[in-house]
Amino acid sequence: MTTTAQLAVDLAPLERILAAHSREQRSLIMILQDVQQEYRYLPRPALERVADAVGVSRSHVFQLATFYRAFSLKPRGKHICTVCLGTACHVRGAPRLVEHAERKAGIKASETTADLNLTLETVNCVGACALGPLVILDGDYHGNMTLAGLDKLLKGVKP
Amino acid sequence: MTRALTSVQALGAFRDSLVARRDPQKPAVSVCAGTGCVACGALKLGDALRQEVDQRGLGDKLEVRINGCHGFCERGPLVVCHPQGYFYQRVQPADVADIIEQTVLAGKPIERLQYVDPVAGTRAVRQEDVGFYKHQLRWLLEYNGRIDPTSIEDYIAVGGYRALAGVLGGMRPEDVIALVRQSGLRGRGGGGYPAGVKWAQCRNAPAADGVRYIIGNGDEGDPGAFMDRSLMEGNPHLILEGMIIGAYAIGSPGNPVGYIYVRNEYPLAVERLTLAFQQARELGLLGRNILGTGFDFDIRLNRGGGAFVCGESTALMASIEGFAGQPRAKYVHTVERGLDNKPTNLNNVETWANVPLIVEKGAAAYAAVGTGDVSKDPWGGSTGTKIFALVGKVNNTGLVEVPMGRTLRQIIFDIGGGIRDGRKFKAVQTGGPSGGCLPESSLDMPVDFDHLAAAGSMMGSGGMIVMDDGTCMVDVARYFVDFLVEESCGKCVPCREGLIQMSHLLHAVVEGRATEATLTQLESLSEVVRDASLCALGQTAPNPVLSTLLHFKDEYLAHIREKRCPAAVCQALLTFTINEKCTGCMVCFKECPAKAITGEKKKLHVIDPAKCTHCGVCRAVCKLDAVDVR
Repeated sequence: MTTTAQLAVDLAPLERILAAHSREQRSLIMILQDVQQEYRYLPRPALERVADAVGVSRSHVFQLATFYRAFSLKPRGKHICTVCLGTACHVRGAPRLVEHAERKAGIKASETTADLNLTLETVNCVGACALGPLVILDGDYHGNMTLAGLDKLLKGVKP
Repeated sequence: MTRALTSVQALGAFRDSLVARRDPQKPAVSVCAGTGCVACGALKLGDALRQEVDQRGLGDKLEVRINGCHGFCERGPLVVCHPQGYFYQRVQPADVADIIEQTVLAGKPIERLQYVDPVAGTRAVRQEDVGFYKHQLRWLLEYNGRIDPTSIEDYIAVGGYRALAGVLGGMRPEDVIALVRQSGLRGRGGGGYPAGVKWAQCRNAPAADGVRYIIGNGDEGDPGAFMDRSLMEGNPHLILEGMIIGAYAIGSPGNPVGYIYVRNEYPLAVERLTLAFQQARELGLLGRNILGTGFDFDIRLNRGGGAFVCGESTALMASIEGFAGQPRAKYVHTVERGLDNKPTNLNNVETWANVPLIVEKGAAAYAAVGTGDVSKDPWGGSTGTKIFALVGKVNNTGLVEVPMGRTLRQIIFDIGGGIRDGRKFKAVQTGGPSGGCLPESSLDMPVDFDHLAAAGSMMGSGGMIVMDDGTCMVDVARYFVDFLVEESCGKCVPCREGLIQMSHLLHAVVEGRATEATLTQLESLSEVVRDASLCALGQTAPNPVLSTLLHFKDEYLAHIREKRCPAAVCQALLTFTINEKCTGCMVCFKECPAKAITGEKKKLHVIDPAKCTHCGVCRAVCKLDAVDVR
């Protein structure tokens, strides 16, 4: 069954991605990474097309898509707020930041707001431990984060 | 390619021409662009410097260099001004004009940007005057702060690819393996397996179609470790050169292609390595007929998918093959049957980076640094240097490279500058989720593979997380077990189910629901998970639990008997109260998500313990330190 959301997926960029890789199983993860980057998630029609193009079963592609953390089967938000939960950030209070962000955004970690504006994520260390606790908003690193600082960041990306 | 170097001599001549063109006295401003400094605005600083140079028309007189990580992340953004070597810290775009005018043009240091030792109060003029650097031995990181990682010319000018030329120009593969074996180099990914032994096994493994694979493991997944990242970003050619030498020594007449597997969370490392490969191919240092010697080798880069378990060799190989990253039992070792069931030699990128150094220095000089005697037994000691990521509650956070065998005390206190905020050292965690927590009594232990293992921890990739009396050791054990519950690949039962049960037991402790029998269960379950898991992820998973139970059992007992968290970390056991410092500013009243605070303007507020969810927001927002926690 195809829903309207799936119909809306434009598969033209996918064909460009497929053309850039050799069509062998070994390329699958790299193809999926490019798809994830392009669409910000892995749309089902794209996964089906990838499986057919590479010549593997759909279940194989689905296994990869669910095994690796880098992939998301749900559309992600326009803005991505990632709280680092590496050990150094953890001992400097990062879990409080996650709870605070969850309360402020009204979603749990790894969820996206209904208006697709914000996705809240956690990551197990980005290697910037000197700056812990660390929050990454849309790719920009914000170190020595406080609850008040996080409020400010989140206010800045309100729709 | 017109530029391709077609002989060993041509590389030497190319280097000579590069060096001749460079004036060592020409002023240069080096900006650290490691992750820490970039997060503090190093790229904006670099832009501001370039803009200033352009505006003043100084383009010919001065070079602005953007480097890899200098290591002293705590004080970023870092700047070094050459030729004097003046070291500046916490530099902002506003300081750019002064740097150009006073240092570059007038040759004078700027006092306000210098590092002042917090204890001695002395000013450090050059990098080597800073306590953080003084006690290090920077072999691998030496050029991180001096070369532009996007320039192969920079690398060649400081002697890069000289080791490769020496190997291809006059050493037999067997000699290279013997050299690496004599050097005592052991795997830097954590296992500490002697590299020379592994290489020989792979070289001697029968390869029906002549194919043997070489893999560089850059899937640095340990939380709190970022040395591989800094090497890949700061000096990618060093890793590449090591891998080419390894490929020559191990030999793959069939299909001379190697892989480097880089963590998905490190986009800059991917970019820098990809560029390095391209540059090396153009110069004839990678690909067909390297330096005209008839030796072929090329490399492909694979981005990881963000799975911790893929740092394990067989899981990593499954991932390269396009499968989910699940390890397999290693009855047959990967040196015999690894990637595609062919002989495969996998080493960590830091291990590979050591190889050119060994060729340049010679095995004896390399082995002279470190502990033990490796001349007869490659397991007899730990040689060379090791990079550690010194993080947590320590004053000088950053990347530290020291000879093997330095004590924890030297690393944490002499280099790390001791504990933050004058608090008390409690423990240091080494080896990531597979390692253990070592107490104060271990501080004088030499840090090498064997001592750490004997103390119930491990080297791991070199993460070193310092904890003070404000860190709860039960919470740390719970943190690592929860981390591994999420990262377990799910293939074998002891790891998949055992860790979940261990997590339940630890949650019971931190939430005050445990009895002393819980600890017995935890210990026996730990043993099962350790003994019965398929791969190292599960086998070492109990280490954080067992080591904290061994050294910090009183903390577990406080949670169980007194329902109290001595470090005031475990939320469920905390009580928040407002003291007389409260001025009734209403901030906590407004912020409390549980509406547990009552009070009026300018009157002492009160927390209702029945409604309080122990979230700690009131304490975090209070500017007057009026919220107590017990």
